[in-house]
Amino acid sequence: MITTIIRKELSVLFNSPLAWILLALIQFVLVWAFLGRLDAFLELQPQLLQIANPPGITEIIIVPVFAMAAILLLMITPILSMRFLAEERRNHTLTLLISAPIAMTDIVMGKFLGLMIFFCVVIALIVALCLTLLMGGALDFGLLLSNTLGLFLVAASFSALGLYISSLTAQPVIAAVGALGVLLGLWVIDLAAGESHEWLRHISLLKHFERFNQGLLDTFSIAYFVLFVATFLILTIRRLDGERLHG
Amino acid sequence: MTDGTATITLSARNLCRHYGSHIAVNGIHLELKRGEVLGLLGPNGAGKTTTMRMLTGNLAPSAGHIEICGIDLLDNPQEAKAHLGFLPEIPPLYQEMTIDEYLLFAAKLHRVDQSMISAALRLAKQRCGLEDRSKRLISTLSKGFQQRVGIAQAIIHNPDVIILDEPTVGLDPNQIREIRSLIRELGTVSSVILSTHILPEVEAVCDRVQIMHKGSLVFDETLTGLQQQGIQLEAAFTQLTHSDE
Repeated sequence: MITTIIRKELSVLFNSPLAWILLALIQFVLVWAFLGRLDAFLELQPQLLQIANPPGITEIIIVPVFAMAAILLLMITPILSMRFLAEERRNHTLTLLISAPIAMTDIVMGKFLGLMIFFCVVIALIVALCLTLLMGGALDFGLLLSNTLGLFLVAASFSALGLYISSLTAQPVIAAVGALGVLLGLWVIDLAAGESHEWLRHISLLKHFERFNQGLLDTFSIAYFVLFVATFLILTIRRLDGERLHG
Repeated sequence: MTDGTATITLSARNLCRHYGSHIAVNGIHLELKRGEVLGLLGPNGAGKTTTMRMLTGNLAPSAGHIEICGIDLLDNPQEAKAHLGFLPEIPPLYQEMTIDEYLLFAAKLHRVDQSMISAALRLAKQRCGLEDRSKRLISTLSKGFQQRVGIAQAIIHNPDVIILDEPTVGLDPNQIREIRSLIRELGTVSSVILSTHILPEVEAVCDRVQIMHKGSLVFDETLTGLQQQGIQLEAAFTQLTHSDE
């Protein structure tokens, strides 16, 4: 049953121009950043040769590109996730899903996984972009892998939160603005973390993504993302169930 | 399915629903036999839609039991819902899909067997008069055709219980006649609950009529019973729903 929902979500997504425009836009912005970093690297190269243990192309080009990709995903996820439940509710199609012999968990997971498949395409395109560097040199595959995993985990976190906020309202635009606001807040919350509020740093999405960005596979960060995703998916399921109970 | 449960397809006992202190539905009993068309009547705000939403699992009742083909809807929602087809007041349509895509999705959602899907699609389209529009986007259809797609969606899996909330709203007189004969046809093999404001419609298609007023059932009679006792449906409706105002 989950596959039925996933297929429907993907076909709706790819039958509309939205998905294609977003894919093109992400790719355009990232290629721009990528070429900019490549230029910078070529300029720096003579100086780098004089350093004993110089940073390679992975550190100089790929790491900033992934950092930028994370910000881009933060901005586009609300646009994609706003439709999920808010639009179903506004168009009264949620009734069709709820009257059908399918569990609430399957509906929510189907929508979440559908969005994750879209993000896998986005991430695959970014990785392909980075692999073109192999034509001119060697890559640090460990660092590339940790960045890919990090980007996948932040995308999952954004999607789960977007899905939950979409379940709270019948207005897609409010869902989008709400999700964007909360995500930005969680992203920059570490700025507010001074000496006395050390714990704020631990709930910042950015801080945890930075670990992966630097090539560090920290189990604390992995656990944070997994818990973040699970929490918001469960909240979404509970929210839909609660609607049935409380009307 | 045993013979004992095959005759009664839907039974709801003592169904209640409160919204805070407001009582929307109060102690309703419903029982439906296979091959029976039940007309649910009532003025606006009588609780018809709330009752239908409870019967289809869209709303949890505050008290009471619902069984569909002998399966408890609250304990075993997925099994029970597989026997249900529901057309809400506003048809649940994805405007950006074609009729074929939409019905295919509805069929899969209702667990129609892979090998039966194309036959089920053809039958549903034929019954609702949609054959020559399969590739049209739903958003380009008129209100009447959208209503028909909604009905097609509710009958695609050949359910035992079909619940239709005001199915003939927005249709022209020819379409109304077609839909009524379709409901009669569906009523020979399944059970149908029909909510409507149009009294002649009840007289045309229903075997039994129940009238709701302020959340309670105030009238329950078969159409043949009405004829034998010489009661006019309209007179009964007006008397029962106006008495305490």
